[in-house]
Amino acid sequence: MPSIFLVLIAVVVIFGVAAVVVGRQRAKAVAAAPVATPIAPAATRSPEPIAAAEVEAEPDTDVEVDGEPESFERPRFRDRMAKSRAALVGVFSGVRGRAGITNETWDDLEEALLRADVGVRVTDELLNGLRARVKAKELTDPDALLDALQADMIGRLSASDRALRLEPGEADSPNVWLFVGVNGVGKTTTIGKVGAQQRQLGRTVLMAAGDTFRAAAAEQLATWAQRSGSELVRGNEGSDPSAVIFDGIESASARKIELVLADTAGRLHNKTNLMEELRKVRRVAGKGRGRVTEVLLVIDATTGQNGLAQARQFAEATEVTGVVLTKLDGSAKGGIVFAIETELGLPVKLVGLGETIGDLVDFDPTEFIEALFSE
Amino acid sequence: MFDTLSDRFDGIFKKLRGKGRLTDSDVDEVLREIRTALLEADVNVAVARTVVERIREQAVGLKLSQALDPSQQVIKIVSNELTNILGGQTLKITYAGRPPTVVLMAGLQGSGKTTNSAKLAKWFKSQGRQPLLVGADLQRPAAVEQLRVLGRQIDVPVFSEAGDPVTVAARGLAEARRLGRDVLIVDTAGRLAIDSDMMAQVRQISEAIEPHYTFLVIDAMTGQDAVGVAEAFHETLAIDGVILSKLDGDARGGAALSVKEVIGRPIAFASTGEKLDAFEQFHPDRMASRILGMGDVLTLIEQAEKAFEKDSATEAAQRLMDGEFTLDDFLDQMQQLKKMGPLSGLLGMMPGMPKELKNAKIDDDDLKPVEAIIRSMTPAERRKPEIINGSRRNRIAVGSGTSVGEINRLVKQFSEMQKMMKRMGPMTMGKKGKKKMPMMPGGLGALKGQMPGAFGDMPFNQR
Ligand SMILES: Nc1nc2c(ncn2[C@@H]2O[C@H](COP(=O)(O)OP(=O)(O)O)[C@@H](O)[C@H]2O)c(=O)[nH]1
Ligand SMILES: [Mg+2]
Repeated sequence: MPSIFLVLIAVVVIFGVAAVVVGRQRAKAVAAAPVATPIAPAATRSPEPIAAAEVEAEPDTDVEVDGEPESFERPRFRDRMAKSRAALVGVFSGVRGRAGITNETWDDLEEALLRADVGVRVTDELLNGLRARVKAKELTDPDALLDALQADMIGRLSASDRALRLEPGEADSPNVWLFVGVNGVGKTTTIGKVGAQQRQLGRTVLMAAGDTFRAAAAEQLATWAQRSGSELVRGNEGSDPSAVIFDGIESASARKIELVLADTAGRLHNKTNLMEELRKVRRVAGKGRGRVTEVLLVIDATTGQNGLAQARQFAEATEVTGVVLTKLDGSAKGGIVFAIETELGLPVKLVGLGETIGDLVDFDPTEFIEALFSE
Repeated sequence: MFDTLSDRFDGIFKKLRGKGRLTDSDVDEVLREIRTALLEADVNVAVARTVVERIREQAVGLKLSQALDPSQQVIKIVSNELTNILGGQTLKITYAGRPPTVVLMAGLQGSGKTTNSAKLAKWFKSQGRQPLLVGADLQRPAAVEQLRVLGRQIDVPVFSEAGDPVTVAARGLAEARRLGRDVLIVDTAGRLAIDSDMMAQVRQISEAIEPHYTFLVIDAMTGQDAVGVAEAFHETLAIDGVILSKLDGDARGGAALSVKEVIGRPIAFASTGEKLDAFEQFHPDRMASRILGMGDVLTLIEQAEKAFEKDSATEAAQRLMDGEFTLDDFLDQMQQLKKMGPLSGLLGMMPGMPKELKNAKIDDDDLKPVEAIIRSMTPAERRKPEIINGSRRNRIAVGSGTSVGEINRLVKQFSEMQKMMKRMGPMTMGKKGKKKMPMMPGGLGALKGQMPGAFGDMPFNQR
């Protein structure tokens, strides 16, 4: 019996609290009162063994790197994608093999798109457009239909600028690229790869170990700093990530380093306090002498429909400027980025194709879509 | 973003009122909605197809009961079917006669193997065992270091050394024997299911240590690829159970269904947070409602049981039903509520939440002014907010550092809330003596039907 009461009271209080709070928020928004919302204190998520006194970052370890970055060859997008292409062969040869466009044709196309994680809504939208054209006799045979689908998809990935933004400026005002995303998607690895690319282009790079939460995250980044020939600024585990990144930027500024790559701890986008922390990281990164010119959201190609929610939340919290799609060397197709780019307007900029330093290429919509369709 | 299954059914079933049974074309329409719901939850296309066919068999010719709403009847069939797939045989750990009991962890890159190795070790400790962790991920920079740090946090020794992972795993086993540890957990590097060299390597590791249990770690956010991955790992390693990670996110988690359906091995554990004790047994029924977007009422209940003090909550509930719930009670219960975790997470778990609230961004800090206002009231005012007049309002505003307008709003909202509670109370409690919570699938609809309506009257809808 008591547990029924518990639940009742929980439900009621949750509803009540939510209603009251939302009511207040609405009222505030409507009144547009110039009352500044108090800035939430930085959310620390480890009440665990870290001494609370050590919250300010002390960039105590500056890994100076001698020598040159490891040299590497860039992989070809298409070669790596070949593996993931295989699964689609069956479906599309089926479509092409038929004399005309039948119900099975539509089923096959739908299945292929869904399997690529493009999502129900986007798939319906793409196919409905084609259905209309078939009905109008604009498209009459399977080959033309496939070509039209492909062209349509490429056409929708029409973001004008996929280049990473590196703005020229004062020598003591570094560009800052911030990497964000959920846990385990490949943020740190991508920073290593991007650092190596930028070093090869002759730029000076400093990595800021803003993941102060995950055990040994800074060590992981240190390895990549070394491999890429970049410098590193790190803080103590559990210290305030915005402080570490801020220090990294100031340190880059003092040493006239052109580019700061800032790592952050992975976080699930539905955790309010952690997203608040990230908002602060973004805000503070823009306060010093650096200029935040990219905020890159890293998305794992295996991600399903939740990727869209991730993109929405991260974009809202940090003004995301582009997407990095990782692990496209696996069997997952990464179709969710199609939805992310077309629905949210976030351009996909880079693609991760493996675990070594050279496994990073620029995103190319034609190759991405063609690789999905070619046999 | 997603509609719940019952939202989807609403339109269909409106047309069905008065019909005695479902016709073929009704069933087709219903099944299409079910399929869409499954796909949006990331259930694999092929798996969704077989599941929908099984549901069809049960739905065709279904006699519509007079008592139950047809949409609830169908939802019940669907959620039972999903629960059956997700559940079934559970994994029971039997310890090796000759210790150590060897556990191998495998999965894709970034799925959460290292963290879950540590969580599992902690779990074994809680079962009275003495595990040894082995760091055989020599690929990702600092993976071993990460495991060592986690090992220190849970006070479990970690073995690793440079070399190749097969040797490290084998030497880890010898080390466990030498130290007399009775459970061995081997963390391995993440690998792609289509990377034949790496899959061969993990097979060698498995052959070297002959694990009693091999766990596949799958990220709850995984999309369609989950099936291929699970099949490949199962073929290579003979998986005994699945650990579903990052379930504290808001993914619907259809991957769980896909994986269970194709490899037929139980989902043994669910990982629900970054803290090392956020690791629990998997609940098939909860996962079923989650995949269907029906909220996670059971988790809510469990958390409520942990957070709320039974006596005071029971009394408060009683007062609530008698229409005597005061601002004092509200303040009290709000404190308990805070122990249940971030509000936004709780909102996500609530079934049938009106959109205004579900999508609302609520930070726990937002509660502070509300608390401050109530605290600045006298006991009499908290019992009877009606007595708050102009001068009292001014005093409260000054005391709480808020404005008169905010106090008006709070008082107004509270009185609306009270009215709503009075309506909801008896409904939620069901018929006298009926112990089963009406919020289980089937009863969900009752709540759902009521709440948005009730919220329609709430002042936050007025601009
Ligand atoms: N196959 C493959 N693995 C990747 C790729 N990018 C990252 N990874 C792996 O994914 C795992 C998680 O990467 P990490 O950078 O630590 O993720 P973070 O938690 O987001 O920083 C590591 O094992 C990486 O080696 C990629 O493009 N392809
Ligand atoms: Mg990282």
